[in-house]
Amino acid sequence: MSELLQFLFSGVTVGAVYALVALGFTIIYNASDVVNFAQGEFVMLGGMITVFAHAAGAPLPLAALLACLGTAALGVAMNKLAIEPARGAPVVSLVIITIGASIFIRGAAQLVFDKQIHSFPAFSGDDPIRILQATILPQSLWVIAGAVAVFTGLWLFFTRTLLGRAVLATSNNRLAAQLVGINTPFVMTLSFALSAGIGALAGVLVTPITMTSYDVGLALALKGFAAAMLGGMGNPKGALVGGLVLGLLEGLTAGYISSQYKDAAAFLVILGVLFFLPQGLFGRKSTDRV
Amino acid sequence: MRLTTKTATLLALVALIALAPLFFPSAFYYRVGALIFVNGLAVTGIVILTGWAGQISLGHAGFAGIGAYACALAPVHLGLHPALAILLGAGVSAVLAWLVGRPILRLKGYYLGVASLGMGILISMVLNNERDLTRGPDGIDVPDLGLRAALKTAGLDLSNGEFWYALCGIVLVLGAWLALNLHDSPTGRALRALHGSEVAARTVGMDVPRLKLQAFVISAVYASVSGSLLALQNRFITPDVAGFMHSVEMVTMAVLGGVGSVAGAIFGAAVLTLLPQMLTVFAEYEQLVLGLVMVLVMIFLREGVVPSILRKLRGTGE
Repeated sequence: MSELLQFLFSGVTVGAVYALVALGFTIIYNASDVVNFAQGEFVMLGGMITVFAHAAGAPLPLAALLACLGTAALGVAMNKLAIEPARGAPVVSLVIITIGASIFIRGAAQLVFDKQIHSFPAFSGDDPIRILQATILPQSLWVIAGAVAVFTGLWLFFTRTLLGRAVLATSNNRLAAQLVGINTPFVMTLSFALSAGIGALAGVLVTPITMTSYDVGLALALKGFAAAMLGGMGNPKGALVGGLVLGLLEGLTAGYISSQYKDAAAFLVILGVLFFLPQGLFGRKSTDRV
Repeated sequence: MRLTTKTATLLALVALIALAPLFFPSAFYYRVGALIFVNGLAVTGIVILTGWAGQISLGHAGFAGIGAYACALAPVHLGLHPALAILLGAGVSAVLAWLVGRPILRLKGYYLGVASLGMGILISMVLNNERDLTRGPDGIDVPDLGLRAALKTAGLDLSNGEFWYALCGIVLVLGAWLALNLHDSPTGRALRALHGSEVAARTVGMDVPRLKLQAFVISAVYASVSGSLLALQNRFITPDVAGFMHSVEMVTMAVLGGVGSVAGAIFGAAVLTLLPQMLTVFAEYEQLVLGLVMVLVMIFLREGVVPSILRKLRGTGE
């Protein structure tokens, strides 16, 4: 029992990170139909910028803020320099552009920072908290709380504010949104900024637990993408559920089956979803007959 | 007499492969050449899948991994001759592609990319983790093909570099010839038709999922044979051959040169194989440059380098 609880705790912690990465995929996918494989690099940058800003003397909260803002700015730059000029290109080209951008960012991070593994102190110490017969790190609670805050904030943003509704309208029908006067290029910019900022925040929160280095992005992008697919591409609720389910599956696989194959869980899920549930858990039903 | 694209491509390819050694400054370039041909073969498969059938795969390195490890394992465990192991790898890849592709290709959109991504990573994970069989990330020795020794007794004495340059070159020409024949066959025309408009293709009675499945299986065989040749040539293989980055490299090579044309794809394979060799001095910058090249080509030369240049030439010439 205590064992199971322990695996569930670690599963929910990584699941919250996957959910945030999946949310980043979802936001950009909704605004532009682009699957942004550089999403994992945003998480990496969040962690790395915080590490180096903190080492340079900035207090941790300021370093974390700098990391989120800096990464958001980079997301905007990526949209302006790489995605917008290729508007109208086929999906294959856009996928390659985002993969190219992610390789570029990784290469740049390796030069600007270094190839070492880094971490910074946890926000509220490292003393595990006992719950029933299992323990949880205070930083895990920060990760979970961060994810809850981001999802609640975005939900309010999309349902309660004019700007948020403009983003929703654009994702439903770009042309119609343009016709009613929505500034769709700005919506694109905003989506990239939000998505990159959220990715960076996930990186800031999880780095004290998992540590970071210039090359952690790819694995995170693939997992987050799997989570987004599981939930149904383009659905924020799906991103949350998909991330948590994937994290739990991984935690349980590592605990009960094999820690070597815990990463396989994500990709078996991808194949299973595609074979049996192509629209994901919450995706729109396709009307095509096959 | 006007040359068809097919004849022109094949003649140019044969001439280049035959004449390039005259300009090699050192024997090392035989090896680089053989690597280009191996990559070119895999990328020719991508042309069939992506350029003609319009499907993207992000897991083709998985098939290369199957081909490579078939050559490493089958001779030891099953007692197969390495040449037969190439066929075994190709067969396994084809069956796997068929199993994965059949349910996926009924769906619209980029789902094949996603499914193949998952499949490729699972394959590389098995190769990394099943240490008892594959020896894990450290890699495994591959038996000798034995053909060079046979040629030697027959009176043709080639150095190792020359032999693999010639063999891979011949296989690449064969692969390109088969692909170009496919291009002009009813199946090839049907593939390109469905890429143009799936609805139209379906309306005239084409079995769209089946055609896509054929393209996926054929391209998997190309990737598998390319993996086998790489393993036999190096006499050693690591699970990196099946890694995600290798899959991305294949797609990038194809798209860089021009994913719709075999000549373009082979050109792309040549450029991206040579680039890291030339950048060894700047190894630190390799990823930076590779990423930048991918983005810039996709933005400014959407059809790829070769078709874009050909179009320019024709535009001014006619």
